[in-house]
Amino acid sequence: MIPENAVCVRPEGFTETPTHYCPGCTHGVAHRLVAEVLQEMNVLDKTIGVAPVGCSVFAYNYFDTDFVEAPHGRAPAMATGIKRVLPDRIVFTYQGDGDLASIGMGEIVHAAARGENLTVIFVNNANFGMTGGQMAPTTLPGMKTTSSQNGRDVETQGYPIKMAEMLATLDGVGFCARRSLHDAKNIRLAKKAIRLAFETQARGLGFAMVELLSTCPTNWGMTPVNSLKFVEEHMVPAYPLGDYKISEAIKQIKI
Amino acid sequence: MPKELWKGNEAIAEAAVRAGLEAYFGYPITPQTEILEYLSRRMPELGRAFVQAESELGAINMVYGAACTGVRVMSSSSSPGVSLMMEGISYIAGTEVPAVLVNVMRGGPGLGNIAPAQADYNQAVHGGGHGDYQPIVLAPASVQEAIDLMVLSFDLAEKYRSVCMMILDGCVGQMMEPAQMPEMRPVHRENWDWATNGKMGKRERRILSSIYIEPAEEEKMNLRLLNRWQTIQANEVRYKEYFLDDAEIVIVGFGTAGRVALSAVREARAEGIKVGLLRPVTVSPFPSEVIEQLAGRVDAFLVTEMNSGQMLEDVRLAVKGRVPVEFYGRLGGMVPFPDEILNEIHRMAKSKMAVNANPRDAWLARMATA
Repeated sequence: MIPENAVCVRPEGFTETPTHYCPGCTHGVAHRLVAEVLQEMNVLDKTIGVAPVGCSVFAYNYFDTDFVEAPHGRAPAMATGIKRVLPDRIVFTYQGDGDLASIGMGEIVHAAARGENLTVIFVNNANFGMTGGQMAPTTLPGMKTTSSQNGRDVETQGYPIKMAEMLATLDGVGFCARRSLHDAKNIRLAKKAIRLAFETQARGLGFAMVELLSTCPTNWGMTPVNSLKFVEEHMVPAYPLGDYKISEAIKQIKI
Repeated sequence: MPKELWKGNEAIAEAAVRAGLEAYFGYPITPQTEILEYLSRRMPELGRAFVQAESELGAINMVYGAACTGVRVMSSSSSPGVSLMMEGISYIAGTEVPAVLVNVMRGGPGLGNIAPAQADYNQAVHGGGHGDYQPIVLAPASVQEAIDLMVLSFDLAEKYRSVCMMILDGCVGQMMEPAQMPEMRPVHRENWDWATNGKMGKRERRILSSIYIEPAEEEKMNLRLLNRWQTIQANEVRYKEYFLDDAEIVIVGFGTAGRVALSAVREARAEGIKVGLLRPVTVSPFPSEVIEQLAGRVDAFLVTEMNSGQMLEDVRLAVKGRVPVEFYGRLGGMVPFPDEILNEIHRMAKSKMAVNANPRDAWLARMATA
């Protein structure tokens, strides 16, 4: 029973599973926002999630919806296969930056270009979390990771990829935004964007993605609090927040 | 249904549609592209799903996603493209969902060429993707057989929650022959107890994954696949026999190589040579038992393939060294003429290889002196 004075309860969209994420990691926040949105839209029953390979490989343990587990980077292709045969279901992928922006670049770009009616939750924490903090395409210039131990040198290791800006150029995209999870205000704004991304799909308005700037205290070697500060002070300037594409029909949606 | 003139690739596509194909995902590659092209018109016409994917990686993972919902789904490709699909094929096997694939094989390795070949036998039959699994592999030798096996592929894939791959060479894919189409089956969605198609207020959530993080659980899963494979081996072996009753020499060949060999066998029979043909229709499960039985009563085998002797090893395993197993192959996209195989029959009718000789070495030595 939920006590009457409870201010924070488990959303209906969650199963009773203890988290496997590290303390201070914002994956848990992102999961919760998705679960709340699916519950508020009353679509848990007809939702099929696609989990990636990365820290969120076990995302399927937490959501009380059907779930499949994709090969590394291929979640948008699997989601395409599901949505094309079950167009009345809600299908979403949940992907990290190694999964989506590195090995899965082909799949994500073409799912967006085809205007697949999918929702993509993209967690950008500037490194490969699960394998122990290697450099990702999103790693900031100069940032030290286990595979860029002298700091990312853009001369030899290239520049960060700005996925939200890039995908926003494609005509098949209905909604594409970047938000951050570093404080309460931004978490509220992130939830609104996630809602719009699922509303885009529910209305058949094309591909929708929300990029979420996130923490990785363990691999960054920071306390949870300092990780949040790092996002605010270093990630947000490099990855500006905002709506990069929002079609007219979605602008009209009042939540 | 009357017989009509069908091109192999288009016939395969139409047969799949009639077997209840609900979704096709593919990518252009010669010599299979007509399957993709045909279905780009036919599937939308019937309100079914068709996507030309961004790559074979994309295509196979779209197949994987749709397969998880329990519908009849397929992709098709040719050798280099199938190599790209191997990742997805392993995941599909590891998730135990049914999926159907067609490989219209061409010369290789690498980019190779676009001529007919059978060089992907090992890749198809002995796995290809990572991990412990065994796919069902069918090998038609004519347009009609390709149609019939296409329909069977879906039934077998569903029955065993397995990957079912049809391997044919560019000859069967590109050739036109009179063939009879099956009746159109209505699309029928089974209420599978494993499909992730949304709870829809009727059940608890389902998860489909190839992850077994505990090795002990993965071992159980591997054994489950192996037990299922034993059932498939016991029930699904298919082959064609020609003139085997009194045969002293038996040719073993699949697909086009088997069909060419049949012409040679007919000519040799006309000359009074007691030769027969065994043409495996399922190359996986392999008809080992019938070969083992034949080994007890014939004088020798001749394996003919359009590769360097890949099925040859499976025949040798079944024969167990009891009689000589000789080999004749053409490679790289070359198709043997019946005369080439007839020459081998003439040679073997006079003198056979020693039972302990290496058939591939002996064949190469003959080629060098020819």
